[in-house]
Amino acid sequence: MKVNGVVHPAPTDSRRLLSDHLRHDLGLTGTHVGCEHGVCGCCTVLFDGAPVRSCLMLAIQAEGHEVTTIEGLAADGAPLHPVQQAFHECHGLQCGFCTPGFVMSVVGLLKQNPNPSADEINEGISGNLCRCTGYASIRRAVHRAAELSPSPVQGGGSGRGARQK
Amino acid sequence: MTTRWFGERVQRVEDDRLLRGHGRFTDDVNENGERALESYLVRSPYAHARIRSIDVSAARAMPGVVAIYTAADLPFGQTDLPILIPHPNLTHGRTQRCLASEVVRYVGEPVVFIVADDRYLAEDAADLVQVEYEPLPVVITPEAGAKAEHLVHDDVPGNVAAEMIQEVGSVQAALASAPRRKRLHFRFERGAASPMEARAVWARWSTSERKLTVYDSTQSPTSIRGGLAVLFGLPESSVEVIAPDVGGGFGPKIMLFYSDELLVPFAAMQLGRPVKWTEDRQEHFTAVNQERGQVHDVEVGFDGEGRVQALSVDFIHDGGAYTPYGIILPIITAAQVPGPYRVPNYWVRFRDVYTNATPTSPYRGAGRPHACFVMERTLDAIAAELGLERAEVRRRNLIQPNEFPYELGVAWQDGNRVVYDSGDYPTLLDKALEKLGPRPAGDHIGMGLGMYVEGTGVGPYEGAHVQVLVSGKVVAATGIPSQGQAHATVWAQVVADQLGVDVSDVEVTGGDTRRFPWGVGTFASRGAVTAGNAMAVAAGMVAEKARHIAADHLEADPADLELVDGRVRVKGSPDRGMPLGAVAVLANPVRYAFGGGTEAATQFASRPRPGPPLQEGEQPGLEATGYYSPPGSTWASGCHAAYVHVDPKTFRLEVLKYVVIHDCGRVINPLVVEGQIEGGVAQGIGGAFYERLAYDEEGQLRNASFMEFLMPYATEIPAIEIDHIETPSPLNPLGVKGAGEAGVIPVGAVLAAAIEEALGVPITEMPLSPLKLFELVKSPS
Repeated sequence: MKVNGVVHPAPTDSRRLLSDHLRHDLGLTGTHVGCEHGVCGCCTVLFDGAPVRSCLMLAIQAEGHEVTTIEGLAADGAPLHPVQQAFHECHGLQCGFCTPGFVMSVVGLLKQNPNPSADEINEGISGNLCRCTGYASIRRAVHRAAELSPSPVQGGGSGRGARQK
Repeated sequence: MTTRWFGERVQRVEDDRLLRGHGRFTDDVNENGERALESYLVRSPYAHARIRSIDVSAARAMPGVVAIYTAADLPFGQTDLPILIPHPNLTHGRTQRCLASEVVRYVGEPVVFIVADDRYLAEDAADLVQVEYEPLPVVITPEAGAKAEHLVHDDVPGNVAAEMIQEVGSVQAALASAPRRKRLHFRFERGAASPMEARAVWARWSTSERKLTVYDSTQSPTSIRGGLAVLFGLPESSVEVIAPDVGGGFGPKIMLFYSDELLVPFAAMQLGRPVKWTEDRQEHFTAVNQERGQVHDVEVGFDGEGRVQALSVDFIHDGGAYTPYGIILPIITAAQVPGPYRVPNYWVRFRDVYTNATPTSPYRGAGRPHACFVMERTLDAIAAELGLERAEVRRRNLIQPNEFPYELGVAWQDGNRVVYDSGDYPTLLDKALEKLGPRPAGDHIGMGLGMYVEGTGVGPYEGAHVQVLVSGKVVAATGIPSQGQAHATVWAQVVADQLGVDVSDVEVTGGDTRRFPWGVGTFASRGAVTAGNAMAVAAGMVAEKARHIAADHLEADPADLELVDGRVRVKGSPDRGMPLGAVAVLANPVRYAFGGGTEAATQFASRPRPGPPLQEGEQPGLEATGYYSPPGSTWASGCHAAYVHVDPKTFRLEVLKYVVIHDCGRVINPLVVEGQIEGGVAQGIGGAFYERLAYDEEGQLRNASFMEFLMPYATEIPAIEIDHIETPSPLNPLGVKGAGEAGVIPVGAVLAAAIEEALGVPITEMPLSPLKLFELVKSPS
C-alpha cells in the first residue's frame, strides 16, 4: 500500500487494523483512535482520496490502495495545509486528539463541496466527535478553510492530501 | 510590567505540531524505538460478586503471553489503595485493591492483568482466563443505596460512607415563620466525562540507571510520581512521570491510582522491558470514574416578594463502590447550592452512599451542576407560585456588588470556609437578558435562565521555573499538565509581559517532573490562578535579577531599568541597554566560553564590580523558581439564558439562542476562555439531553459505546453567544479566576426551565431525552 506517497509492504498479521498498522507499524501516530467502533472519527484517513475510518478496516484491505494520513497533508517545515491553517486561525482545536480526524474529514468535505453552507458544514463534520470545543470554532474553521483553499476551478486542488484517485 | 500580551487573543502556540499529527499522546510514546509489551485488564462482568476462583493457567501457557498477574502475584496485592482526601466525616471510607481477589463491587473492577507481545494477543489470552463468580445482590441507585436493603460493603452499615450536616442561621425557625413554604424534589443521574482520548500508561525501568520513567495520561503527574516512589521504595529522584499531550481530561484523569497506573510500572520493573496499557472505549465507560448521581429533597421558605428566607437541602450522593476521592463532591454541592443568592438561613445535609457502580470523582463542574439545578429550579418554582418574572425573583435575591467579601458560612473543599472574593451578579443578569433579546415567535418555545458561582483556583500551590537562555529565548516549566487548555500559550503570555519579550520567544513545558518536580495537578479550574500566578512570580524574579545584573554593566540604578523588546534598557534612554540574552550570559560566570557570546562572562573579560564572580546569596543563571499558594478560592460567576423549541410530536430539542455572560476576573486570553465556555456549554447540553448512563438493575451499563451513549455531534450544538465582565480577584497578583468548568454548570438548569415552559410540564430531573419528555407529557410526575 502507498501511505503519504511512500510504498510500504503489506502487514504480516491479517487481523491487524489499519489504524494500528499506521500508528504502530509505520509510526504515523497522528492518526488517533478514540472508540474503535467507527463513531468518533478520530481515526479518519483518506483512502484513495475519500475519508474513511481506519479503525473499521483491516490493514490488508488497504493493499494496492493509497492512504493519506494527517502527516501527509503538509511536509515538515512547509506551510500548513489550508485546512490545518484554518483550524489554527479559528482556535478549532483544544486537546488536539480529535483534530487529525476532523482535518481529514474537512479535506474530504471541501474536495466534494468547496463552498459548503452552514448546514452542509454541520452535516459534513457530523461524523466526528469533539469533546473540547463545542464545535463552534470548528465550524468557523471550515468556513475559513473554504476561503483559504485554492479554487478547484483554477486548478489548485486543496493540497497534497486531497490527491485524486 | 507591561501588559502587551495579557488580555490579547493570542493564537495558540500548541497548534502547529498537533495539526501536523506530531502531537505525542501516551499511546504514541515509543522511547528509544523500543517496542513496549502491551497489556490488558480482565475486569469484573458483575456489579457485585464473590470471587470463588481465578485460573490463569491456560492463559499463561499461550504463546505471546509474557506475564499474568493476579492479586496473589503482587507484593502490594492485599494493600487497600489510598483515600486521596481523608475527611473526619468520611467515617466509613473504603477503597479497592489494585486487583480484586475476594469481592468485586462494580462492573469493570480489575481482576487480572495480562502482559503480552501485543494487545491482540493479550485480549486472546483474556478469553482463556477463568474466573468463577458467585453473584451477590446489587445496589445501583442512590435511593437503593440509602435504603440499604443490601450492603455494598459488609462492614458499612446503611451503605453510608459519610454524613455531614451544616447550618447557617436557624432554618427550622425561619421556615416556620416564612409566609410561604414549598417542598421540592430534584434528581440528577450519573454522567460521564468521556474525553476523546481514553486513559493510557507507558513505563520503562532502566536497570543501569535505576530509573523508572512513566508516561501517563494523568491530570497529576507529580502525585503519580510521589505514589510510585512510595510504593516501590525508590527516591523520588529515580522516578520520572510525564503527562505528555493529554486528549481531554475533564476531571476523571485527576483520579489516582487507577490500577493500571501501578500495574504497568510494576510489570515494567519486573520484566525489564517497557510495558504499556491503553484503555479501549468500552472499558473506559465503566473503568473510569463518573459523577453527578444525586437526589435532593428541598424545602424553601420565602416571602410574598419571592425573597428566600430559609432553605433546607437534604441530599444523597451516589458515591459508587469505593470512596478513593473522599467526599469532595458532596462538600462542593453543599457549599454551592446558594450560589449568587442571599440565603439567610441554610441547612444542608448529605449522605454519601455506596452503590455497585463505578466510583465517583470530579467531572467538569464537580458537584455544581446539580447544586445549581437545585437552586435555580427552586427559584423558578417560587416565581411560578407568585406569578413573578423569573428574572425578577433572581434580582431580588442576588448578593450585591458592595457585599464582598461575602462569607457563606459553610465549609469549602480546601478546608477553609466559603468566602466569595468579588463579583457583580446583578450586571451578569442584566447583560444576559439584554443579550438574549425578545422571545422568538412560535409555539412550544421556552425561555430558561440560570446563574451560578464557581469556587476556582484551590490550593495548595503550584510553582514555575523560568529561565532566559543566552540566545535571549525563554523557557518556562510548571508541574501541571494541559489537557487542551492552552497552558503553553497563556503561560507564555504571562511570562512575556514580565520579561518584555515576544510571546513566541517563550517555550513552556508542563506536566513533566523532569522539568518541574513540584506541584499538585490540573483540576478545579485552578491552572490560571495557581500556575499562572506562579509563572508571574517566577518571571518577575527573573526580571528583577536581570535588572540587577544589567545595572552593574550599564552603570545605572536597577530601579531605572526596564525590560522592553527583549532588552534591558535605561528608562528614557532606550539606547543605553543590552539584550536579555547578554544579561543571561553575564548571569553565569564561566571559565570556558561555549559559544553564544559566553566569552563575555569569562575571567579575563571586563568585570564591572570587585569581589568574587558570584557574590554572597547570588545564584548562577538568569533563572528563578517561584511559587503561588492561594489564600482561598477565587469565585467566578456567570449567567446563562436560552430560548429553545421542543417539537410537541417528536420531542426534538432545538436551542434557538444561547447566551453566556461570564466573569472569571481578568481574562488572560479571550480566545482560550471562550473556547472553554463553548466546550463547557456543549458538554452541558450533552449531559442534559443526549447522554445517559443506562445502568440496569443488575448494575450493567447497557449503553457502553458511542453508538448508544449519545455524545453530541456538531448537529446538536448551537452557536453560543458570549460576553465577559471582569471583577478582578483581590486574592492574586494577576486578578484572575478559573474558567475551565464554568460553561457546564448552569446548562441543565437553563434547559430544564426552557423545556418546562415550552411543554408546560414540570422538569425536576436530569438527564432528559425525547423519550423522557414524551413520558412526562403523557403522565406528568
